[in-house]
Amino acid sequence: MSEGLSTLYPDFELVGEDEFIDFHVSVASPAGVRRWIRPQVNFSFDGRVPFKPLPADQAMPMLEWGLNWVISNHAHQYLMLHAAVVERDGRAMILPAPPGSGKSTLCAGLVNRDWRLLSDELALVRLTDGLVVPISRPVSLKNRSIEIVRGLGKNVVVGKACADTGKGTVAHMRPPTESVRRMDEAVHPAWVVFPQFIQNGELSCEARGKSTAFVELVHNAFNYNVLGLAGFNTLGGLVEACDIHRISYGSLEQAYAAIDALTRG
Amino acid sequence: MAHSDLVVTLLREPGNAANLSTGEWDVLVRQARHADVMGQLHARLSDAEQLGNMPEAARQHLETAWNLSLRHRLAVHWELLGIADTLAPLAIPVVLLKGAAYYAAGRMASRGRLFTDVDILVPKGTLDSVEQVFIRNGWVPTHMNAYDQRYYRAWMHELPPMQHARRGTLIDIHHTLLPPTTGVRCDAAALIAAAQPLEDAELGVFKVLAPSDMLLHSATHLFYGEFDRALRELVDLDQLIRELGAEPGFWPATIARARQLDLLNPLHHAVRYTHLLLGTPIPEEVLRTALDPSMSAVRQRLLDALFLRAFRPDHASCNDAATRLARWLAFVRSHWLRMPIHLLVPHLLYKAVIAPHKEEAAAQ
Repeated sequence: MSEGLSTLYPDFELVGEDEFIDFHVSVASPAGVRRWIRPQVNFSFDGRVPFKPLPADQAMPMLEWGLNWVISNHAHQYLMLHAAVVERDGRAMILPAPPGSGKSTLCAGLVNRDWRLLSDELALVRLTDGLVVPISRPVSLKNRSIEIVRGLGKNVVVGKACADTGKGTVAHMRPPTESVRRMDEAVHPAWVVFPQFIQNGELSCEARGKSTAFVELVHNAFNYNVLGLAGFNTLGGLVEACDIHRISYGSLEQAYAAIDALTRG
Repeated sequence: MAHSDLVVTLLREPGNAANLSTGEWDVLVRQARHADVMGQLHARLSDAEQLGNMPEAARQHLETAWNLSLRHRLAVHWELLGIADTLAPLAIPVVLLKGAAYYAAGRMASRGRLFTDVDILVPKGTLDSVEQVFIRNGWVPTHMNAYDQRYYRAWMHELPPMQHARRGTLIDIHHTLLPPTTGVRCDAAALIAAAQPLEDAELGVFKVLAPSDMLLHSATHLFYGEFDRALRELVDLDQLIRELGAEPGFWPATIARARQLDLLNPLHHAVRYTHLLLGTPIPEEVLRTALDPSMSAVRQRLLDALFLRAFRPDHASCNDAATRLARWLAFVRSHWLRMPIHLLVPHLLYKAVIAPHKEEAAAQ
């Protein structure tokens, strides 16, 4: 666990005494026999244990999943989309997609070029002004994407891979120092791009209608139902402000080319 | 200030907000979340114009809870419309209880509150037809195993909760306020007869308990209950007393009613502990009245030791050994009150020994 934290979170400042902490979480061994025999760990949120325990070697993924759960269930000052978010030149690109569509891999690829990481999993759109707020935590990678991301460059740090989790083999990429340092810089959203990786696929890119995109994003949001009118207005503002596209691609190179064309064009 | 009393103290004295340190806010927000009173706390701090007197990060959590409570109000309203449609053909009196009643009657107690289900009270003779009409309209009985079904139907004051198949919402259908096994002769027909209509025409099918009865039910629910959300229920009581108690004649009428319904004991507790913990205004003559003549000084001291701790939030910052013991004793006490020993012992044995096996077998 400490190895995972020092690999993935070295650029984060520690909390001082007498500070306010949004969510107190822990990952710890349970009391009793499962501390020693086939050891397990529990995720707890301020003393409550929302999930079943996992094998101890999955402590790090459990922490990340637990944090995602805590945030997506409580941070209702944001409209939360299940999406990666990256930024360049003060403008954010939101990449909403269901698991398995290659969103995190593409996100890792982009932030190792010239994009800043805001999040690989949670687009936090502030209700008060419609800006996207960064939460630059480790990027979650699964199965084959782990090797692809390790190969992206020598600056890339990927933590220990964890086999046989509920989602297959899982590893996390350390967020770039620059992204962590600029965590309090919220950004205007400019593009929504729905990515879809297709093995050996050809590149295709098409513009999407705003109303269709709105409906898709409603389904993609974690808390649209909680926010009511505020969620409707915030999502409406987001869709109005953004160019919206769908891309499908068979390699990261194809995706980079398409995204460059969209965002520089 | 002792950390264990932070949230209770601030509910009582919202003007104190500016005196708390950032570290105290850190504990306080978590206590409020555990006790499920964050929205209610927001309402009190807002009334006292204190929302500017706290760290921005803490305010954010309170505001989120407040906004969530507004959303719950819409959801409850929508749910009530569905229930009204379902029950209208029966043309029977339907009395809303607890949170849904506070909301429908526009009571202050509904402000900031979250709702987990809708509770209704119907005449006992109509239970079968009410259950059938809910099933025909998309509600599904929960607790389907034979033991739980018998537990509810033979011993409890309500049917097993029903859940709407599509919306996932829960409804509790009561025929009286307390399990018959408590031995309290609470006359449900008198409560239904005194119930009052709602102003909102959309919700015209429903009534709510008359003011004294509403307070008595809230007190009964807390002091005969399992104490798992005790502080939230105490805040409900405090808010009801602040609002209803200001009406002229409320207290004499409530005391007379409690005597008639055999509910003086929960009224005594409600008055004592809202006043002690939340500073609820109670007229001097009510505080001096021996509401429960069976209460000896020794017994009162013991109950104080129990309750004053058991109301603390179930949070690490409050969990010294004595508080944990008090919480456990309050839970045991509720079962003791709810069932005579010849029923209670077999019930607890069943729940401890047989039910886990059955659940495991069912899961496989």
